[in-house]
Amino acid sequence: MINRIVVGAHYGLRDWIVQRATAVIMAVYSVVIAAVLLVVRPSGFEAWQGVFANGLIKFLTFLFFVSLFYHAWIGIRDIWMDYIQPVGLRLTLHVLTAAALVGYTAWAAAILWRL
Amino acid sequence: MTKVPIKKRPRNLSLDMLSRYDLPLPGKVSIFHRISGAGLFLCLPLILWLFSASLTSPESFALFTAVFATWPAKVVMAGLIWAYVHHFCAGIRFLLLDLHIGIEKEAARKSAGIVFAVSIPLTLILLGVLL
Repeated sequence: MINRIVVGAHYGLRDWIVQRATAVIMAVYSVVIAAVLLVVRPSGFEAWQGVFANGLIKFLTFLFFVSLFYHAWIGIRDIWMDYIQPVGLRLTLHVLTAAALVGYTAWAAAILWRL
Repeated sequence: MTKVPIKKRPRNLSLDMLSRYDLPLPGKVSIFHRISGAGLFLCLPLILWLFSASLTSPESFALFTAVFATWPAKVVMAGLIWAYVHHFCAGIRFLLLDLHIGIEKEAARKSAGIVFAVSIPLTLILLGVLL
């Protein structure tokens, strides 16, 4: 047993926890939405749109997307850190990844709140 | 006191070496977790576009179903469904490992086998239902 005293800004620990918390949110959402779709069995546009126009489903779906994008940020950041050695290129990829994910968050909100 | 030579870390393996390296089952779960995650990330614009088209208007919904009916779209969707299911199943295994459940070598090998035993049939079922 190694008793490591964690000091400093704790960014690594925070991201480690966020990655797992968002994973649990997405896993629960996946099961819930699958169950809802199995019960409602929406056929056609009206019924399909009706499912996501529901206030609670809309909120949970947006929560899923935000969790997905934060989770993706940590995972993709780790991939760049593992494989991209030149610092300039890695920083560029980090910025592009974060920018894309912020944009996707706005996009997801726009899709859902048009309903 | 004898000095122990310090090994150079990290050890970088070339792709050629990696391709000949027989990864144990938990290693395969792990690398597929990473590959599926990266694939899902790269396809996020496509996923969001499909989601948007399916919800916006009857016309865009018709476009969505038309795109979904083509073979290239079905192949891509099949890949994405596998990626989601594998990432989901392997992720649950990693969460259990984080809780120190099944961390012994034998248990970890067994749970890696369970991940594939669940994710592959579940992927096939979803392909049958959705595509």
